[in-house]
Amino acid sequence: MSGFLHIDRVTKRFGSVTAVDAVDLTIRRGEFFSLLGPSGCGKTTLLRMIAGFEYPDGGDIFVEDQRITDTPPNLRPSNMVFQSYAIFPHLNVFDNIAYGLRKERLARAELDRRVDEALAMIKLEGFGARRADELSGGQRQRVALARALIRRPKVLLLDEPLGALDKRLREAMQIELRQLQKSVGITFVFVTHDQEEALSMSDRVAVMSGGKVLQVAGPRELYEAPNCREVADFIGEINFFDGIVAARDGETAAIDAPPLGRIAANAAGAVGTKVLVALRPEKIAFGPQGVPGTVASAAYLGERSHYAVTVAGRTIAVAAQNIAKSAAQGPAPGDAVHLTWAPDAVVVLPAED
Amino acid sequence: MKTRHGWLLVYAIFYLAFLYVPVAFLPLFSFNNSVFIAFPLSGFTTQWYAQMFADGAVQQALFNSLKVGAVAAVAATALGLPAAKALTRYRVPGGGAVLALANLSLFIPEIVLGISLLILLSVLGVPLSLWTVTLGHIVICAPFAITVLMSRMDGFDKNLEEASLDLGESGWMTFWRVTFPLALPGVISSLLLSFMVSFDDFLIAYFLAGNDATLPIYIWGQLRFPDKLPTVLALGALILVASAVLVVFAEWVRSHGLKDRHRMVGA
Repeated sequence: MSGFLHIDRVTKRFGSVTAVDAVDLTIRRGEFFSLLGPSGCGKTTLLRMIAGFEYPDGGDIFVEDQRITDTPPNLRPSNMVFQSYAIFPHLNVFDNIAYGLRKERLARAELDRRVDEALAMIKLEGFGARRADELSGGQRQRVALARALIRRPKVLLLDEPLGALDKRLREAMQIELRQLQKSVGITFVFVTHDQEEALSMSDRVAVMSGGKVLQVAGPRELYEAPNCREVADFIGEINFFDGIVAARDGETAAIDAPPLGRIAANAAGAVGTKVLVALRPEKIAFGPQGVPGTVASAAYLGERSHYAVTVAGRTIAVAAQNIAKSAAQGPAPGDAVHLTWAPDAVVVLPAED
Repeated sequence: MKTRHGWLLVYAIFYLAFLYVPVAFLPLFSFNNSVFIAFPLSGFTTQWYAQMFADGAVQQALFNSLKVGAVAAVAATALGLPAAKALTRYRVPGGGAVLALANLSLFIPEIVLGISLLILLSVLGVPLSLWTVTLGHIVICAPFAITVLMSRMDGFDKNLEEASLDLGESGWMTFWRVTFPLALPGVISSLLLSFMVSFDDFLIAYFLAGNDATLPIYIWGQLRFPDKLPTVLALGALILVASAVLVVFAEWVRSHGLKDRHRMVGA
């Protein structure tokens, strides 16, 4: 039972639907850990089981080797930031933040000090007397955060806390939340369906789908070395090609992957093994030599451009940084081009039947 | 367009007249200086009011009704609160059936309900009194209480109660710190509505009352004496005013509560 927060073969069913299917996870102390997946993948159900709002049909949850599966939510060492924030509408900001301190029976001065400290942490000094309905979305989010953190939990659970905010505020809150987590040193378990958010904030990410965890890895590994088609597809853009291992020289395999032809890649598998070759659009460059194709369309997106290149009837996505200012630098639709890439950019995945 | 509008206006006037003219006779004749209810009016008097206030039996009946109404309202609301919470918050097995059963007494004719309760009480050997009337009134008030409270509880985020649990409070303290304050407008509506249902009830009270009459039973009894009729009218007029005040207050609480709910959902 190593690790700080340990989830041991946890299963949850709702009627005939298995929302969480025998999930194993080990989350480290002080880690910013994200549960990433499309809606309905079971990430929120898993979070609610850690919080104690759902009872697992199978498996156990441990915090610091202590089994908490049967512990009611009010006695668990975790606190939660809800997607709706759940700010108590009948209480002002001060009473919302102080809500969880009642049992500590603090002297009035100490209570004031703790709440003021929390208000300072979320940069809402002087907001104590405000009513919940006088707060903006971003402010409500901060109050929810302060209300949970003031209890000094061992684990903070966050259920898509940035989902309701507009893009600019969300990006600012991502940075703030990350800094806050570093400064308080509390383990954060963060649920999101936004892959960029998960990659930019997390130490590690668990990608979930259909109630199962597909891969647990750091952001870079997740993007550069996905372990299956679903993860590769969910995180960022990617091109897939069916291939067969044609020859092998130690670690390096030669793979026939039409329409790319025979390509070199680091891959396991004996000669004749069917594989799935994956190549990120931004890893492909236009070169003097390489796989010949024709530009079908080009989209200018500011810092980068997206191209669809037709190679032997297949469309391949290519992305290029717009380093030069001149439009003449990039190919135009109808242009004949050659596609090239570094051998280590190729990701070889097990083939699917 | 203009004629259509005109017809609508006529319709509206007839509609309102149909509803309120009969009621208006009550205060009108309560100030009429004659024991006979007939036009033309013979003169203005407040003697019926004076007579009514001097009548100890009226006061006793009124007091009985207030007592029964207050106890029935509090009991029905107190019983309805956990039921409404269970039906709106938890996946109750057979919740729909429970709700249907709880509301069934709305659809059982009161005369049937009255007889049933009377049979039950006599089988059990319970003597009829204001307490048995109160019991009957709790039965007829409960569906109203549950309905009003459920609509209020549906109106606020169930995450609020989970947040309270998450912040270390027990289920009991969560109820008092979060659920009850947020349900309060519904609780007040439920109290007022239940009180009105009880205060208004004649049939159940007629079956279940012992020697102590509630106000509707007393009024029914007085109708046998023609010279007592103007006093009954004065009493009716006062009840009318009190009801109007109550209804306005209940409506205010309800709209205040709705505004409150709007705040919770919005923002």
